Amino acid sequence: MSVSDILMITPNPVLSGIIWFVVITLVLYLARVHAHQVIIAFTRVLQNAMRLSARSVMLAEKILIQRNQEVLLNQGREASERIIEREFERVDNTVRRDLAEYPALHRQLSEEINKIDEDYKNSIDVPPEPPGWCKAVEAVAKIPSAKGDPMVSNVLEDIHQSLIKANTRATEEYRKASHQRHQLLNNMMPQWRKVRQLLQHVDKNINSLLQRSTTIDRHMEEYEGILSQTDRAVRTLSSSSLTQFFISAFVLAIAVGGAVINFHLIARPMSEMVGGTSMIMGMKLNNIAAMVIILVELAMGLFLMESMRITRMFPVIGSLNDKVRVRMVWTFFSILLFLACIEAGLAFMRELLMEEDAATRAILRGEEGVQVVQSSYLWITTAAQMGMGFVLPFALMFVAIPLETFVHSLRTVVGVVGVAMLRALSWLLRLLGNMFRFSGAALVNAYDLLIIVPLWIERLFKGRGSTATVGDGDKDDSVPYRGAA
Amino acid sequence: MKIRSLTSGLLVTVVLLLVGCSDNTSSSRGVYMLMDTSGTYTNELKQAQRVINYILSTLQPGDSFAVARVDTGSFSEKDIVAKVTFDDRPSKANQQKRVFREKIDSFIKTVKPSPYTDITGGMLQALEWLNESNAGQKTILIFSDLKEELKKGYVRDIPLQLNGFSVVALNVTKLRSDNIDPREYLDRLSAWQNRVEAGGGNWQVVNDLERLDTALTL
Repeated sequence: MSVSDILMITPNPVLSGIIWFVVITLVLYLARVHAHQVIIAFTRVLQNAMRLSARSVMLAEKILIQRNQEVLLNQGREASERIIEREFERVDNTVRRDLAEYPALHRQLSEEINKIDEDYKNSIDVPPEPPGWCKAVEAVAKIPSAKGDPMVSNVLEDIHQSLIKANTRATEEYRKASHQRHQLLNNMMPQWRKVRQLLQHVDKNINSLLQRSTTIDRHMEEYEGILSQTDRAVRTLSSSSLTQFFISAFVLAIAVGGAVINFHLIARPMSEMVGGTSMIMGMKLNNIAAMVIILVELAMGLFLMESMRITRMFPVIGSLNDKVRVRMVWTFFSILLFLACIEAGLAFMRELLMEEDAATRAILRGEEGVQVVQSSYLWITTAAQMGMGFVLPFALMFVAIPLETFVHSLRTVVGVVGVAMLRALSWLLRLLGNMFRFSGAALVNAYDLLIIVPLWIERLFKGRGSTATVGDGDKDDSVPYRGAA
Repeated sequence: MKIRSLTSGLLVTVVLLLVGCSDNTSSSRGVYMLMDTSGTYTNELKQAQRVINYILSTLQPGDSFAVARVDTGSFSEKDIVAKVTFDDRPSKANQQKRVFREKIDSFIKTVKPSPYTDITGGMLQALEWLNESNAGQKTILIFSDLKEELKKGYVRDIPLQLNGFSVVALNVTKLRSDNIDPREYLDRLSAWQNRVEAGGGNWQVVNDLERLDTALTL
C-alpha cells in the first residue's frame, strides 16, 4: 500500500484532498496554542544561543583589546627605554669626551689669559720721557750770538747741537718703545681669538647637552604616558605601529625582490657544482642549493645585526659579554664576506656559461663569428653581475632591521585584525539572534494563516456570545509579538 | 617566543616564495631521431642536419639524444650514428653537443644510400633505447618519406608499444608516385598515424622545417 493509496480516502481525489485539508486544519486549530508555544520556545532558544555566543565573542574581543593594549604598551615601553637609554649614552659620551677635557681646557684658558694679562702689563709700561732740559736747550739756542764772544757763541752752538742730538735720540727711543707696545698689543690678537674659539667650543658642548636634555625630557614624557597607560599613548603607539607595519612590509617586499634576483644570479652556475638534473621535492638541486646560500646569507645578516645590537630578536646574543659579541661580529662578517665572494664567483661563472651557451648555439646555427664581435663589451655585464653578486648579500643583511619592525608591528596588526573579526562575528550573531526572534513571531502568524477558517468561525461565535467585547477573543489567543524577546 | 615563531614563519614564507620562483619543469627528455638513408632521400640529409642542430640547441643537461640511420635492417645498435646523455654540468653538456654535431657532420659527408627502408626496425630500436634512458618525456623523430621497403624475409608486422611516446614525422616528402596519386601519400601518413595511435603514442607531422621552433615541441 503506497502513500497515495493512504491519502485517497475516497475515489475522488479532489474530495479526498478537501477532507484531508479539513482534517489537517482542525488538527492544527486544536494544537494551535501548543504549536505557538513550541515555535516561540524554539526561536527563543536559538535567539538566546546567539545572544550568549555574541556575548562570549564580545568578551573575547575585550580580552583581545586588553592584550593588544598590553602588547602595544610593552613594545612602546621597550622602545622608549631603548631611545632614552641611547640618549643617555650620547649624553654620557658627550660628557666624557668634552667635559673630561675640561681641566685641560681650563688650564689652557688660564694660560692664555695669563699671557694676555702679561702682554697687557707690558704694553702699559711708560716709555722714558724726553729729557727735562729741553727748555734749557731752547734758551741757549735763543741767546743772540752777536752780543757775546764768538767763542762763547761757538760753545753754545755746540751745546745746542749736542742737545738736539740728545733730543733726537730720546725721541727715537720713545718711538721704539711705542712700537714695542703696539707689537705686544698686536700679539695679543691670536690669543684673544683662541680664547674665543675655546669658549665657543664650550658653548657648543653645553648647547648640545641642553638639546639632548630637551629630547630626553620629551621621551621621558612619552615614557611616563606609556607607564600610566593613557589613551593618548595607546593611540599614538597604535598609529605608529600600523605605519611601521606598512613601511617595513614595503621594505621587505623590496628585499624579497632582491633575494629573487640574487637567486637567479646564482641558481644556474650552481648546476656546475651540484648538477642541474637531480630533483628534490619537485625542485632542481641547483635551485635548492642557491636558495640555501641565500638563506644562510640572510641568517648570517640577522646574526650580525643582532651581534652589533642593532636588532634585538635573539636575547641570547644580545646578552653575551662584549668580548664574545665582538668576536661573533667578526665571525659572522667573515662568513658573510666569504659567501659574498662565492656569489661573485658564481656570477662570473654564470656569465661564462651564458657565453659558452651562446657560442654553442652559434656553432649549431653555423654563426661562429658572432661571439667574437660580442665579446668586446661583455666585460660590462660580467662586472655588473659580479658586483651584484658581491653586494646583494650585504644588502640583504640589512633586512634584519625591517624584519624586526615587521615582526613587532605584526603582533599589533594581527591583534587589530582579530578584534575587527571578533566584532564582526559578534554583530553577525546578534543579527542572527534578532532574526530568529522575529522569525518566531512570523511563523506564529504563518501558522494562524493556515487555520484562518476555524479562527474566523471562532471569532464569529465569540462575537455572538459577547457583543460588548468584540474582538477580545483575538487578544486572548494571540501570541505576544515581542514575547520571544 | 612568539617573535621567534613569527620570524620562523616569515622565513618559511620567503622559502615558499623562492620555491614559487624556481623553474621546476619536467625531468629529463629523451629524443631518438631516425634518418632515412634510402635511395634519393639521402639528398634531404642536409635538412636533417639542421633539425639535429636545432634539437641540440634545445636540449638541456640530463637529456638524452640519439640519431640513427634507417637502412635495410635498422633494428640494430650499429645503426645508431651518435648517442649521448648530457652531463649534469652545463659546460660539459655544451662540449658534448659540439662533439655530437661533429659526429653527425662526418656521418652525413660519408653516408651511402641503402637499398631498403626498415622504419619499423628503427622504431623498435628507438623504443628500446628510450626506455633504457629512463627519460621522462620520450620523443621519436622520423626524418623520412615514410615509405617502408623491407628486404625479403624481414618480419616487421609487429605492434608497437608507444605508451607515453610522441612520434613526429619530419619532412615527409612526396614521391613521384604520390604526385600521380596523392591518395598514396595520404594513405601512407594515415597508416603510420593509425599504427602509432594504436600503440598508445601521439602522432604529429611537421613538413615545414622553417618553423621548427613553433611546430616541434620536445
